[in-house]
Amino acid sequence: MKILKIFIILFLSISFSQLKADEKNIKLKSKILKNIRCLICQGQSVYDSESDFASSIKLIVDKKINEGLKEEKIYEFLREKYGDWIIYDPELSKNTYILWLLPLLLFLLGGVIMKKKIKF
Amino acid sequence: MKNKFSIIVIIFFLIFCFGIFYKGLDNSNIYAPKIKDKKNIPIFKAKDFNSNIYINSEKIFKEDTFYIVNIWASWCVPCRTEHPLLMVLSKNHSAKLIGLNYRDNLNNAKKFIKELGNPYSQILIDSDGILSVEFGAYGVPETFIIDKNKRIIRKFIGPINKEIVEEIKLIIK
Repeated sequence: MKILKIFIILFLSISFSQLKADEKNIKLKSKILKNIRCLICQGQSVYDSESDFASSIKLIVDKKINEGLKEEKIYEFLREKYGDWIIYDPELSKNTYILWLLPLLLFLLGGVIMKKKIKF
Repeated sequence: MKNKFSIIVIIFFLIFCFGIFYKGLDNSNIYAPKIKDKKNIPIFKAKDFNSNIYINSEKIFKEDTFYIVNIWASWCVPCRTEHPLLMVLSKNHSAKLIGLNYRDNLNNAKKFIKELGNPYSQILIDSDGILSVEFGAYGVPETFIIDKNKRIIRKFIGPINKEIVEEIKLIIK
């Protein structure tokens, strides 16, 4: 009887941890898919699209997550195949630094203008 | 003075915006990343169209020759239009033509080949489109040129035409 109890507890804890892991993977998958651009659609992410391209990308992301690849590695894989454009959130690189620094520069410029206005 | 400066700034800004949009008019609305570095072909396992047996990519691309990988499907209308040109390309012995049957019904695909002819030395089944993603494809039809070092050196999105066939012939010469 005692052995049976231990077995049931073990079985339940394994099932519970498996469920937790599945839930984590589903969350990670939807996070990644929302950050991938559907390259053949008009302004849609892969998450929102039902196109053949999006379906294939969904399958491959699922496969990569199951293989244990981290989020960054999956983006890296897709970037290698399709270029930076496929990711909505671009990395800071020599091609994108204007994109990242321009808002900051504009913000600073605005601050300078405001400071000058207040002074006068 | 201040007013004049503001007007000049606005005019410059408008010219800048006009310049960007005008330049954008020339760009194609199909985004295709340029192949800067010649990428190695992916390592994969795929089902053969005729025998239904899984084959490794090393075995498929084992010969010391150029390979042309063409992604096609029976439901794809542009694939029909490019098919006669693929038949022409298949007569060229400088390259081997590999077909990748993309998300298709096998019976329809077989009918397609029976009706229009088989230009491919081997056809692989890509039932879920994963293999095409591994190649970096957007959909069908798409054609890749693979050199003798097993690297993808050129990619054609959409159906091939006579000019592209000539370009391919020059590459694989």
